[in-house]
Amino acid sequence: MPKAKVYITLKPGLLDAQGRVLEDALHQLGFERVQQVRVGKYLEIDLAPNGDPREQVEAMCQKLLANPVIEQYRYEVEE
Amino acid sequence: MKAGVIVFPGSNCDRDAYYALRDVLGYEAEYLWHADARDLSDYGLVIVPGGFSYGDYLRPGAIARFARIMDSLREYAARGGLVLGICNGFQILCEAGLLPGALTRNITLKFRCMPVYVRVENADTPFTRRYRQGEVLQLPIAHGDGRYVCDEVTLAQLRANGQIILRYCSPTGELSEAWNPNGSMDFIAGVANAQFNVLGMMPHPERACELLLGSEDGKRLLAVAP
Repeated sequence: MPKAKVYITLKPGLLDAQGRVLEDALHQLGFERVQQVRVGKYLEIDLAPNGDPREQVEAMCQKLLANPVIEQYRYEVEE
Repeated sequence: MKAGVIVFPGSNCDRDAYYALRDVLGYEAEYLWHADARDLSDYGLVIVPGGFSYGDYLRPGAIARFARIMDSLREYAARGGLVLGICNGFQILCEAGLLPGALTRNITLKFRCMPVYVRVENADTPFTRRYRQGEVLQLPIAHGDGRYVCDEVTLAQLRANGQIILRYCSPTGELSEAWNPNGSMDFIAGVANAQFNVLGMMPHPERACELLLGSEDGKRLLAVAP
């Protein structure tokens, strides 16, 4: 059964408010080498074996999973 | 005038909007269920209300945009019908591509529930024609994802076309980050489409229609009847 792993992240340059708070928190915990944190989403999608899984995942990302105004995405498909 | 209020699972300002339209403004108000396709051509205004449609799952507005009523709304807007998206409604209109840009997490990460001041940046639209250019309004906000962002090209177009309708400001109308409650780009509190018949805004005009509730500055924004 094909399994897709989808990673959705904020576009570079876009301020990530959550990431910034985590940076501060990590510094306070003594992780002083932390330069930047960016928070994203990770999805696992199980697919039925018919059809081209990559084509389907690409369409899902474009139509729903990512907002192209603020986000970018990449994915891996395990057959 | 007939005015509609769309109801999604998780809408929670639909009744406030309905009350403002019917009881305050005297319009013939009606709820529009999300799962119904409707001919909206005899409506003078359709409000996409605030709330947490579909639990804000994935992104605020991401799921609501696929509701059947949204196809009806798209047709209605394309024919010039007036659409006002408030708070979650603004997020939905951006997700649906009816308005440019997107609403992201507040810069403070806090849910901001408070009165704010906004300046009328363009008084020549169907929604703002009852205000003076530059007039400062006091309206409430209640949101966690209200930081407006768009790309630089879009921002330049919004500025050039006068599509930035409301900006956060001080009580005397000055623009300052101290009065920007969510970190919105260019202090943007409300934007319109290029035809000015679709307006999205984070503050709640429907909750500011009676002095008893602290402000009636929002009432004229809903008073779109000719």
